[in-house]
Amino acid sequence: MSQTIDELRHLANRLRADAVHMVHRSRASHLGSCLSMADIVACLYWNTLRVNPKQPDAHNRDRFILSKGHAAAIIYAALAERGFFPVSELETYCEFGSRLTGHITSGVPGVELSSGSLGHGLPVGCGIALAGKREESSFRTVVLCSDGELDEGSNWEAVLFAPQHELDNLLLIVDYNKVQSFGRVKEVLDLDPLADKFRAFRWAAREVDGHNMQQLVDTFAAIPFEPNKPSVVIAHTIKGKGVSFMEDDLAWHYKSPTAEQVECALQELEGVA
Amino acid sequence: MRTAFIEELIRLAEEDERIWLVCGDLGYSVLETFSNRFPRRYLNAGVAEQNMTGVAAGLALMGKTVFTYSIANFPVMRCLEQIRNDVCYHNLNVKVVAVGGGLAYGSHGYTHHGVEDLAVMSAMPNISVVAPGDPVEARAVTRIVASRPGPAYIRLGKAGEPVVHSKEIDVRYGKAIILREGNDLTLISIGGMLANTVCAADKLAEAGYSVRVVSMPFAVPLDDAVIQAAAVETGVILTVEEHGFGGLGTAVGESIARSGHAVTFVPLRLGRTPIKTSGTQEQLRALYGLSTEAIVSSAENAYLHCASTSQRSEK
Repeated sequence: MSQTIDELRHLANRLRADAVHMVHRSRASHLGSCLSMADIVACLYWNTLRVNPKQPDAHNRDRFILSKGHAAAIIYAALAERGFFPVSELETYCEFGSRLTGHITSGVPGVELSSGSLGHGLPVGCGIALAGKREESSFRTVVLCSDGELDEGSNWEAVLFAPQHELDNLLLIVDYNKVQSFGRVKEVLDLDPLADKFRAFRWAAREVDGHNMQQLVDTFAAIPFEPNKPSVVIAHTIKGKGVSFMEDDLAWHYKSPTAEQVECALQELEGVA
Repeated sequence: MRTAFIEELIRLAEEDERIWLVCGDLGYSVLETFSNRFPRRYLNAGVAEQNMTGVAAGLALMGKTVFTYSIANFPVMRCLEQIRNDVCYHNLNVKVVAVGGGLAYGSHGYTHHGVEDLAVMSAMPNISVVAPGDPVEARAVTRIVASRPGPAYIRLGKAGEPVVHSKEIDVRYGKAIILREGNDLTLISIGGMLANTVCAADKLAEAGYSVRVVSMPFAVPLDDAVIQAAAVETGVILTVEEHGFGGLGTAVGESIARSGHAVTFVPLRLGRTPIKTSGTQEQLRALYGLSTEAIVSSAENAYLHCASTSQRSEK
């Protein structure tokens, strides 16, 4: 894919708009979590990841695992917009009989792993990356997790594991929007200094503005940041990014927008794009 | 049983390069034969069972057949959600192996007693739940689950269990093994209780009973046909297991109830009260009526109860 930075930004907002529609239609939630990672997801699916919608199971594809499974809507949107399945299917999100469940579920083309309970993506990603290393395959494994889910001990088991096995084919992206399910990260279980923690565990860590597309493109293109080390990108983001009245507000972890709010949101997103 | 398991696994790994062994920092003096032979298909994941199981799922997504290995509850309980979500719901080729199941680590204390595993594993989708009765069965079930796609749980004993099957046996997926035919009563055993069960059957035979002896290594899928035949043909069924509620007895009880056959049924198993004392495996088994002698006396009582009930109904 050879999108310009502007095109990637535009795509990110299209994914945001898709997610707003989906969550509104289904009266679902987790919109703030979707919007905070929209730029990351656009960068991954239209720039970084070596995936082919026509061959979603190709052996040497890059593997992307969404560990914050509650942000399923925007991944479904990205997969559909990227051609893994028809965009019209997004209208079935969370409806009876749909494969597009509220937390991401495998069986949808392009979805590698079901998640929803937190702290599962990185261990599984480590297993995939280890197999890739031992097979000497060239694919990369990318795991996207939330900040709140770094409370889970399973993640820290995997954080110990990845450098031990020199998994430099593994990239962890932390969507660090500073707001978790029931409060600010700082007030629940403070993660800072987060990059230093990863460095102390022998990861190659970089911090980026998770809404700066140029930075995202350049950073993801630079993996592995150091030979024989797993890479982690701490992406500083804003929950609800792109819709002013949703930004940095815990409530949008739960609320579903009204028709009027959808209209306002779309105006803002089109304005930005 | 663990030696039988690892020997068989090495044989399988020689034939099938997809086979991996992943341990949770346990297996001293057992797993080295595998790790020396297949270093690139072996992994010590450390004392980190959640990650161990997640890694196993990732390896399985890459086409590997992965055996995770630790002792008693450790590969089951701490990582139960990884087994549920990552392995079972994704129907992945991960085989969870618990060595020292039941009360094998008797004197180590209850943290090391694996006595709820069959219930917990049986509640999961897609998984086969297996507890071989002796080293011969351990070899056979290892081969069976390795060759069959999908998740499996294998509860092994530890070391030094007697070989019960002196002759070659035909072990098949989901099928019970009938050691002896008999018409008065049936003893159905799972896992390491097989030796005591066979001893109890010997004593009952000496006392004049015609005893059918069944080893039931597969808790899931359960061999309903053998259970129902026993219900029809013997009138008394006792299950014998080193496990609490939710294991073989519960499953056999449901199978009998579904079949609608009237039969005297006695599940011999551990009770609700946890075992907090030290003791050998046999001593702790005896606390809950799982010694050979206790099995004999439970069987005699069940037979007498059955006989008196049928006499009453004849009157």
